[in-house]
Amino acid sequence: MLSFEYANPATLKEASGMLGANWGETEVLAGGTDLLSMMKEYLETPKRVVNLKSIKELEGIRKTSAGLRIGALVSIDELATHAEVRSGYKAIAEAAAGIPSPQIRHMGTAGGDLCQRPRCWYYRRGFGLLAMKDGKSLVPNGENEYHSIFGDGPAYFVSASSLGPALVALGAKVKLVSARGSRELDVAEFFVSPKSADERETALRPDEILTEILVPSPPTHTATYEVRQKEALDWPLATASVALHMRGATVSSARVVLGHVAPTPWAAPEAEKLLAGKNITPEVAEEAGKAAVADAKPLSQNRYKVQLAKVAVKRALLQAVKGRA
Amino acid sequence: MPDTPNYSWPPMETRKVIGKPYKRVDGPQKASGRAKYSSDYNAKGLLIAAYLTSPHAHARVTKIDTREAEDSAGVKAVHVIAPAGAEIQWEGAEIAAVAATTEEAAQEATRKIKVEYEVLPHVVNEADLSKVGTRAKAAGERLRGDPDKGFQEAEAVSEGTYGIPVVTHCCLEPHGQVIQWQGDQVNVWPSVQYVSGYAGSLAPNLKVPVANIHVRMDYIGGGFGSKFTPDAWGIAGAELSKKAGGAPVKLFLERATEQMIAGNRPSAYAKIKVGGKKDGTITAWQSESWATGGVGGGGMPPIPYVFTEIPNVRLNHSAVSINAGAQRAWRAPNNQQASYLTCSAIEDFAAKIGMDPSEVILKNAGYTPRADTYRYQVQKAVEISEWKKYWHPRGDSGSGTVKRGLGMGINNWGGAGHQSQCRTTINPDGSVVVEIGTQDLGTGTKTIIIQVAAETLGLPFNAVKLVTGTNDLPPDGSSGGSTTVGGVSSSTRKASVNALVKLFDAVAPSLSAPADQLEAVDGRVRVKSNPAKSLTWQEACRKMGTSKISETGTNEQRNPMGLNTSGASGVQIADVSVDTETGIVKMNRFVAVQDCGMIINPRLAESQIFGAIIMGISTALFEKRVLDDQTGRMLNPDMEFYKLAGIDDIGNIMVHLDIRPEMDKRGVIGLGEPPAVGICAAVGNAVANAIGVRVPTMPMTPRHVLNALEERKA
Repeated sequence: MLSFEYANPATLKEASGMLGANWGETEVLAGGTDLLSMMKEYLETPKRVVNLKSIKELEGIRKTSAGLRIGALVSIDELATHAEVRSGYKAIAEAAAGIPSPQIRHMGTAGGDLCQRPRCWYYRRGFGLLAMKDGKSLVPNGENEYHSIFGDGPAYFVSASSLGPALVALGAKVKLVSARGSRELDVAEFFVSPKSADERETALRPDEILTEILVPSPPTHTATYEVRQKEALDWPLATASVALHMRGATVSSARVVLGHVAPTPWAAPEAEKLLAGKNITPEVAEEAGKAAVADAKPLSQNRYKVQLAKVAVKRALLQAVKGRA
Repeated sequence: MPDTPNYSWPPMETRKVIGKPYKRVDGPQKASGRAKYSSDYNAKGLLIAAYLTSPHAHARVTKIDTREAEDSAGVKAVHVIAPAGAEIQWEGAEIAAVAATTEEAAQEATRKIKVEYEVLPHVVNEADLSKVGTRAKAAGERLRGDPDKGFQEAEAVSEGTYGIPVVTHCCLEPHGQVIQWQGDQVNVWPSVQYVSGYAGSLAPNLKVPVANIHVRMDYIGGGFGSKFTPDAWGIAGAELSKKAGGAPVKLFLERATEQMIAGNRPSAYAKIKVGGKKDGTITAWQSESWATGGVGGGGMPPIPYVFTEIPNVRLNHSAVSINAGAQRAWRAPNNQQASYLTCSAIEDFAAKIGMDPSEVILKNAGYTPRADTYRYQVQKAVEISEWKKYWHPRGDSGSGTVKRGLGMGINNWGGAGHQSQCRTTINPDGSVVVEIGTQDLGTGTKTIIIQVAAETLGLPFNAVKLVTGTNDLPPDGSSGGSTTVGGVSSSTRKASVNALVKLFDAVAPSLSAPADQLEAVDGRVRVKSNPAKSLTWQEACRKMGTSKISETGTNEQRNPMGLNTSGASGVQIADVSVDTETGIVKMNRFVAVQDCGMIINPRLAESQIFGAIIMGISTALFEKRVLDDQTGRMLNPDMEFYKLAGIDDIGNIMVHLDIRPEMDKRGVIGLGEPPAVGICAAVGNAVANAIGVRVPTMPMTPRHVLNALEERKA
């Protein structure tokens, strides 16, 4: 790890004045579960690290008339155990509970979950965000069993965010603050698939801080299902978050968003269309799963993830309606 | 010349300390963090060393310039390991090492070393034999009987392809040492499985007399066969210390380097054909196998495993040289692979003829060197696992999404005691010190030495003080091959008997009985024929006057005198549930029936089996080294994507120690390795039993399981 300057601002205003205009100059530190390992591997070598943990404005979950405001510093554990989140925002609580290891749930933050960098092993071994060598991505012909099954490249990593798909399914926004002002962005727009190695995988700008997640009051039936091989300390192989607006037992409209299968949380409009006007039966859930993966383009080693994504959708749908009428 | 004393183990029914489930003596130290491992040793003036390693799998160093690193802040020494001209054969190979005042300074300096490479072509994967070109070296065909005729006459023939990848050791404490080289004296605190032999290996490299190398290791954080010698880092650390004016230098491998260069278990792949009769009798075996253990090729798994007397056999094996770190012994080297290949092929033969595989194993037990033992163990394992209730013909596992299945694996190992010397000292105040230059790998070695000494001297467990872990003590062998328990228990027994003989000589006049008519029982020395005639242990020891009794005892590997022996076997059964929609395999139960001769401490013996099974299940479900063909790099040199089982992944382990009296009479046999052998075999077979199709490649990941299910559909 290279030496760096450590800043510990007490207010958001102070903090936003400390960030640089370009990537690589400064990094913000919250839980540190990702940033520290990036710095130890020299994948990030910021000159200044700005600690956010002393900023009280970034803490806490607040209920408003419009829904929930989740401070960026709220820990994953707080999200997973918060009574309001557990009762009304099951898709979020289930996504948070799926993040393994008590240590990471306690140190890691909601904002950090959205801003963490991809786990692509080519990227983590120093081949860059797009894993390019001699102008060509190493992924399609390489070891890609954990990589994306959707999209056309050039990014083939999968978004590491566990909360992202649930937040997209619920129509949440993020608030981004810089010295220049603040803006709100749909979480769906926050995640981007970079086209060049200079870009990042979110719309966050180098001088911005993600301060808050704004979640509108959700429909009654939401769920997140994740397929993860290990019980502890493992990344999901595929997840699905669903939000169902119901009229009686019938779906009036649905949101279906896949996770860990593409460079961003991956919406499945074909599945959403299929679900409208239907009752969630095992057969309908199966059909929706198939529709969700109809456009999948698996790589040489990860065809199995198509099946996992399909099952995740099916099981999330059944979980959303199970005992929750 | 006096007669040789009677060293034999006391009869089972009279044992007071041996055979009792004492807890590890160092448990509280380890659990509380008070135990200081070598990597915890922070000597005064300590420098921290870091390696610069090769990013290339195959290259030649053409130029190396260390000047900027030498001038870097905090740097005290730079040592070049691969000078210009050196050929690098794997990623992670050591190029240079730097010692500095802090870890960060050392690492930063390694980044200032300028190295130029001529990159050479590499091969890093061997699973597809057609892609390795000239890197495969055939060992030549081996024949037994007439396999062609055997297959012609067979009533049924099964065929299958099986693979088990390279896995790494993943010691919690990485390889390395703290070392200080001052003048002609060297002090070293290594993490090593051979305390007594370390100096002898290091001395020729440093050209320092062996007697001047002082080794100390109180605790070790895992070895599993990968830590027998000082290794290159022992020498590099010493050179750095010398260059830094004799300052102590700590050089332990980073996790990534540890994963790349500090050892691994070779892979094994095979196409196997089994022929036999419809009653389950196997008559013919044919296999084409290949494996790698790095540049040097790979170990040849001894197949057919255990069933060595199958009459008609044809074996073809190729060793594949790849550009990856070299293999090291991994908890029963070559045996997991052999057991996996053999038990998988036998299970597939059983499925082919529609027979219960446990019956097929029983039917063919006569081909094994320990037929009666295996017969007993198969039956016992079947009984404990309720095999007849839960096993079902392959694929006949109901209509639900989650399928349950059982599978069997077998093991076989040596485990005779290594060469070992012990010194038992009885002091005039009655205190007892046992000294032995051994190491406790976490197995409970310290605890069982104390038990043997206490039993022999008729004292309680806590009356014996034990000293281990330095190379000025009586020498003990390396802890490899499950040889430690046999070695140290026998040498401790002999040293303690020898000391007791001397004590009896001193005490005999006071009890008016010949020395050979005395015995030490329950803290007293007494006359065998008249136990009322006795002295307390302390009273007896006062008869020694002021001089102590100090006697050695040696376990001669070639003449263990019945105290220890070789040959442990076991039968294991995995009970799994497989989610056929996700391919996720969950362990329900794992049953292990194991023999290991006379058991000194049943708690620790069981603990060895638990540990082996946990390690084995981890390999069966999760572990594999991933090397990238395009770059030659290891992609998972970490604990994130090199996946290890957590405790929730293990399921319920049920251990049955085969301690029938006839087993006890065999003497002590090592237990560290055999229970790690049959686990991939059992888990792979259980998955096949559950889902009705063979998953050909370990580990049992969703990818492999779903691919196998899909192939069956297609």
